[in-house]
Amino acid sequence: MIDPVVWLILLPLAWATLAFVLGPGRGAWAALAGLLAQLGLAVTLAAKVGAGGTAVTHQVGGWGAPLGIDLAIDGLSAAMLLLTQIVALPLAVYAHAYFKRDDPARRYFWPIFGFLIAGLDALFVSADLFNLYVTLELVGLAAVALVAMGGAAQQIAAALRYLFATLVGSGAYLFGVALLYGATGTVSIATLTPLVTMDAPRLVWIAAGLMLVGLMVKTALFPFHFWLPPAHGGAPAPVSALLSALVVKASFYLILRLWLGPLQSLLPTFAWAMALLGAAAILWGSWQAIRAVRLKTLIAYSTVAQLGYLFLIFPLLSGGLALQTAVMQVFAHGLAKAGMFLAAGVLIHATGQDRVAGLAGAAGHLPVTLFAFGLSGMTLMGLPPSSGFLAKWLLIDAALAQDAYAIVAVVLAGGLLAAVYVFRVLRQAFLQAPKTAMLHRVPRSLEWTAFLLAAASVLLGLRGVELMQLVGAVT
Amino acid sequence: MTHHELLPLAVLASSLLPGLVIFALPESWHATRTTLNLLGAVTKVALVAVLLAGVSAGEDYAFRTAVLPGLDLAFRADALGMLFITLSAILWLFTTLYAVGYLEGAPHRSRFFGFFSLCVTATMGIAMAANLFTFFVFYELLTLSTFPLVVHRGTDQAMRGGTIYLAYTLTGGTLLLTGIVWLHHLIGHTEFAHAGIAAALGSEYAGQLKLIFLLLIAGVGVKAALVPLHGWLPQAMVAPAPVSALLHAVAVVKAGAFGIVRIVYEVYGVELAQSLDLLTPLAIAAAVTILWGSFRALFQDDLKKRLAYSTVSQVSYIALGVALFGPIGTIGGLVHLVHQGIMKITLFFCAGNYAETLGIHKVSEMDGAGRRMPLTTLAFSIGACGMIGVPFTAGAVSKAWLMDGATAAGMDWAIWVLWTSSLLNAAYFLPILWRAWFRRAAAAWPEEHIARRGWRETAGLLLLPPLVTAAATVAVAVFADSAISPLTWARLIAAGEYRP
Repeated sequence: MIDPVVWLILLPLAWATLAFVLGPGRGAWAALAGLLAQLGLAVTLAAKVGAGGTAVTHQVGGWGAPLGIDLAIDGLSAAMLLLTQIVALPLAVYAHAYFKRDDPARRYFWPIFGFLIAGLDALFVSADLFNLYVTLELVGLAAVALVAMGGAAQQIAAALRYLFATLVGSGAYLFGVALLYGATGTVSIATLTPLVTMDAPRLVWIAAGLMLVGLMVKTALFPFHFWLPPAHGGAPAPVSALLSALVVKASFYLILRLWLGPLQSLLPTFAWAMALLGAAAILWGSWQAIRAVRLKTLIAYSTVAQLGYLFLIFPLLSGGLALQTAVMQVFAHGLAKAGMFLAAGVLIHATGQDRVAGLAGAAGHLPVTLFAFGLSGMTLMGLPPSSGFLAKWLLIDAALAQDAYAIVAVVLAGGLLAAVYVFRVLRQAFLQAPKTAMLHRVPRSLEWTAFLLAAASVLLGLRGVELMQLVGAVT
Repeated sequence: MTHHELLPLAVLASSLLPGLVIFALPESWHATRTTLNLLGAVTKVALVAVLLAGVSAGEDYAFRTAVLPGLDLAFRADALGMLFITLSAILWLFTTLYAVGYLEGAPHRSRFFGFFSLCVTATMGIAMAANLFTFFVFYELLTLSTFPLVVHRGTDQAMRGGTIYLAYTLTGGTLLLTGIVWLHHLIGHTEFAHAGIAAALGSEYAGQLKLIFLLLIAGVGVKAALVPLHGWLPQAMVAPAPVSALLHAVAVVKAGAFGIVRIVYEVYGVELAQSLDLLTPLAIAAAVTILWGSFRALFQDDLKKRLAYSTVSQVSYIALGVALFGPIGTIGGLVHLVHQGIMKITLFFCAGNYAETLGIHKVSEMDGAGRRMPLTTLAFSIGACGMIGVPFTAGAVSKAWLMDGATAAGMDWAIWVLWTSSLLNAAYFLPILWRAWFRRAAAAWPEEHIARRGWRETAGLLLLPPLVTAAATVAVAVFADSAISPLTWARLIAAGEYRP
């Protein structure tokens, strides 16, 4: 009997390979079965970590660090694993109906999707910096491949820009890891943590800076967000959902890990700089979303803005609930943005175009999709009852506790700006439809998977206690 | 789970569940939709009756569940909440009947009734909220669920009204949230309690408490249409008549006024609010709103717009009553919460009838409407007399208590405000009645949709609700001293709030 942790990495690799061999038809079913099993495993694991309140470690092949590879799961990892599987399963159901038989992308999607999920799962449980680099690279390359697989010139261009950003990001990170290894002789998080102190040599400071900037590029934090809107806005809808909901969160998770772990005595120096960039991301991203002409560009810029909230927590991490706040925001945005991109996919499919202005009346014929969009929007605006509201509440509460009034102001302004761009789309649904509008039929599974994710983002807002307790179990 | 916990949830569910099912119904299933709507509305009235009997017998109905550690979604059916719930549940039943008749043959009815039910669910949540957090959750839900109703017609004008509505309410919500989190941060909870919770903080927090009070009142003041936060209300009158009824009488402005009552009595406590000098500015804001709303109403030719400005003015009677320090003013304010709802819903039902039957939208088109539609015009006249404060109407009872309250509080200027407002009310309502009853009709009505059949001047479902609410306008005044009147209930609440 092998640990569930290992299965969470092996299963997606297995169905990815199967899908490659069997082709997209039967491969998709293998993927769905695998994802269902993974969801069960992630829930079991979260229950175990949550109940025990302690970390679980696993030594691969029986070899522990420093010789072998250590896997470590605490509340934060368990929560991220849970979110990954919760989002991936409905996404797979959606993708199964989304890609048409003659779509060339259909062949590539399932294997790459599998590798991406395996990479994410491995990243959330890795306990050494080099292993984290490998998983980060795996996730990045798989994500680039998913953007490029449509093969259109625009998508290739977006993918190349994305590839450039992701390579620069992971390159900087790797360089930092190498410098750190040179200075301390280890890459294990547990061993490193006591070795790095405030009076570290300049080389270690440079290493920390490189790692941080590299990960900021990969998380698309303003002003490094240039690659995100074309990549997320140009990819097929299920891919956009995957990238916005999960992939950018992976590098954020890594920043959080470094911040709380090995680099805890260095990185807090940059706390307010991070918050400043986060605030700029919220304002700039929202402004661009308000001005966007195309629906998916609007949603992609909303991602830029929503990622900003995650960086507001860094000055608050020294006290209380800031980590829980970050995880709540990661869940809120993950579920809501996946739901929103999937809903956008339905709207674009039905109307055959993707301008916001072209949606008038169309949404009225797709009430389920409209609801999915509306519920996701509620979460993004931070209106109750929704997980986005809980994240906002926690963030304001934490900021007040440390007299960080500027953060309170930014959060409140961000919510109002989000309302402007969300209602820009929603109001189209209530306009009288032009008589000429021709709508394509949409499979029901597309509409309902989008709805499911959006509804989950709202329902989490009625019951956040368990998630908070799980995250409380951090080493 | 005992029935003491289940009953508040059942009150919420009796409109939430039908609403969710209605969303999923195909547009053409009229009978099923109407049955579900009425079933929900009747069930709710029955549940509220049980709750009301229990609460007057001293039973405690409460339910709470943790949303985050240390943060509860909590409901409690207390005397003050019951006042609002009973009003809303009964008016909802009649508004539903009216809406079924009003929207016959109109498109998107599943969407309309779905959001309609959500709206009432949110109102019930606001009334039963046991802390500010829960209050806020449902307060924002109310904003979201009314927006689709305001823009229901999908015209450019409706969109403009809807956008203005959102801009005001979402900004107000943001202010309210700021105040609530701040208070939660200072006190550690936001539970409503007799005599308030803010008094627990020492006098060194006086400055912060004043600022928080401003934020909270500005937040709920948007929905209560306090001047200068009232701009959305006259714009939102583009909505269909049943929605106007919902906005003006059942749910939205009432939620704002109710919020003011909760904040003054059960968050700050009236003693603390008085000692922090918060009540006088609130009374002045209310007085300005009363006069300004009445004044603007004079110049509106659009009938619904005139009624909307009248609402701006009348709702602030409630705030004024609350701000008059003393139990008599409190009774006047609380009873007006109910009375204003009954009177204003009558007026909007009638305005809807004129528009649907004869295409009359303007005061200048009202000539002779009384002879064509005597029953509707009778109901309208009773509602208008109530607003003016003619004896034996609900409005007279409210105004009498408010004036006594002003005398008792030593705020004689408030009496002049009330008298001036009554004069202005007469000045903008009596010309309408004069035109309707005594002027000769023009050759043709603007747009006659529904022909007269025998004594039935319009569709039955449009006629019944205003007649019932008009009768209620008189009944609550004539039987004001009976055991189940709103006035008796308001006295009970006031006795509780000023308990030594």
